[in-house]
Amino acid sequence: MSRGALPVTSLHDPQGPGRLLGAVLSLAAVVWMMHLTEFDPAALVDPANQRTALHFAAGLFPPTHDAGFLRMMLQETWRTVAIATAGTVLAMLLALPAAVLVTRVLSLSALGGRATRKPWLPRAVRQGLRLLLVLLRSVPELVWALLLVRAVGLGPAAGVLAIAITYSGMLGKVYAEIFESADSAPTVALLHQGAGRVQGFLYGLLPQCSDELISYTVYRWECAIRSSVVLGFVGAGGLGQLIEQSIRMFAGGEVSALILVFILLVVLADATSALLRRAWA
Amino acid sequence: MKRPAPVDAGAASERSLRWISSGVLLSLVAASFWSLDLRSSELLSLDSARRLADFAAELLHPDLQAAFLGKVADATLETLAMSTLGTLLAALLGLLVAFQRRLMHPPMAVLRAIPELVWASLLLVALGLGPFAGTLALALHTTGVLGRLYLEAFENLPDGPAFALTASGASPAQVFLYARLPQALPQLASYTLYRWENNIRAAAVLGVVGAGGLGQMLSFHLGLFQLGKASTVILVTLILVAVVDAASGVLRRRLG
Repeated sequence: MSRGALPVTSLHDPQGPGRLLGAVLSLAAVVWMMHLTEFDPAALVDPANQRTALHFAAGLFPPTHDAGFLRMMLQETWRTVAIATAGTVLAMLLALPAAVLVTRVLSLSALGGRATRKPWLPRAVRQGLRLLLVLLRSVPELVWALLLVRAVGLGPAAGVLAIAITYSGMLGKVYAEIFESADSAPTVALLHQGAGRVQGFLYGLLPQCSDELISYTVYRWECAIRSSVVLGFVGAGGLGQLIEQSIRMFAGGEVSALILVFILLVVLADATSALLRRAWA
Repeated sequence: MKRPAPVDAGAASERSLRWISSGVLLSLVAASFWSLDLRSSELLSLDSARRLADFAAELLHPDLQAAFLGKVADATLETLAMSTLGTLLAALLGLLVAFQRRLMHPPMAVLRAIPELVWASLLLVALGLGPFAGTLALALHTTGVLGRLYLEAFENLPDGPAFALTASGASPAQVFLYARLPQALPQLASYTLYRWENNIRAAAVLGVVGAGGLGQMLSFHLGLFQLGKASTVILVTLILVAVVDAASGVLRRRLG
């Protein structure tokens, strides 16, 4: 392959100017963003900052492990699990009826044959409910928690409600998708025989979907445990609140102990959830 | 999902597994509600309903004054910059990690095990309040996620092109740049965009611990019980997330 044999024009990149412009613009955007985020790598090597960081890092070891602190950690870990569990159960109780209402297969008006006085009404209700579910899950749970801490006061109630609200939006959407993807023949047959909406759901749709519903809800419970730790940072109780307090008090040993416990909890929840889901695989 | 008829031993053990699992789940739920101090009687009282209604009514009146909207716009740009820069940094670090191969799995697991919010509050100790700590926090957690995804993407590549280049005498760096990287690039880009969507959500709340952006405004105004202003910030957050999702969706579809 001798380069001399190639025609000279092939060395010219026809997209060259465009690429150069793109590169320059991207670089400019990055520089602008660095300015916006007060990006300052020098702060990382600033001696005063380094002294604080080293002082804090030195405190990380050994992790605090006196009996009193261990007992407190255990208590708050359980509270984190309890907040996640209670929140997920409430979310499930809210999401199930919402998903049933949203599901088209269960709609009596869609059966035809039966004349309804207001044909637009069911559809409007269904769209409205869908929009509500979108709204519930689009606002991050931490924002719900911030609002609820102001509305109902500090403590686990705010955390439980924040998880219940966000997760009902997520569960409602997925439940409805599970219902829609199920075989509609049994349900439609029941409805045609004169069964009501509830009967059609309980005997036609639910038996097909229950395994998938449980499996997905257990998976969400595992996610809720991780969320509930973060919610503690805004005062919703549990491990997160303890982590936040320890960081604020520069108690390095406590921070490292808490983070170890947190990682252990996540691993345990992961394993438990996998085990439970295998039962309904 | 069809269940097998309960004649063979496998089905019987599967059924007992279900009974045990259901028992575990139900007792977990019961213990949770029993042990938490939810003050439900207080929460469900008429008085608290009235307080919640007042709260919600105030939230329904977002503050739309031009001066305030200008400040919100600044915070929005800051949030967007934090998430984008954090994701870019993580992508660069992730590539470095993926080039190093297997050894890097455990450190990546540690990076991603710790939530962004915890990273942010740890970094704030050393760097002080502001968006820089938030950006680095996002970058650290995302490096853990992207590092793993990139590693897996590279591990699953067909070896042919790399073999061919190695056989014709290319150096490891050349093999990476001319065979493995171009092969993996569409998948890497798609993962990165997906994390960018995630990070815009995370960046919007990191400010709660003082790491800048919309979250910092939100917690500031909520702290002063200025619910109208807080409500504007939440609305803008929702719009920002929706716009970034749409943009990322378009980009991902274009990538294939």
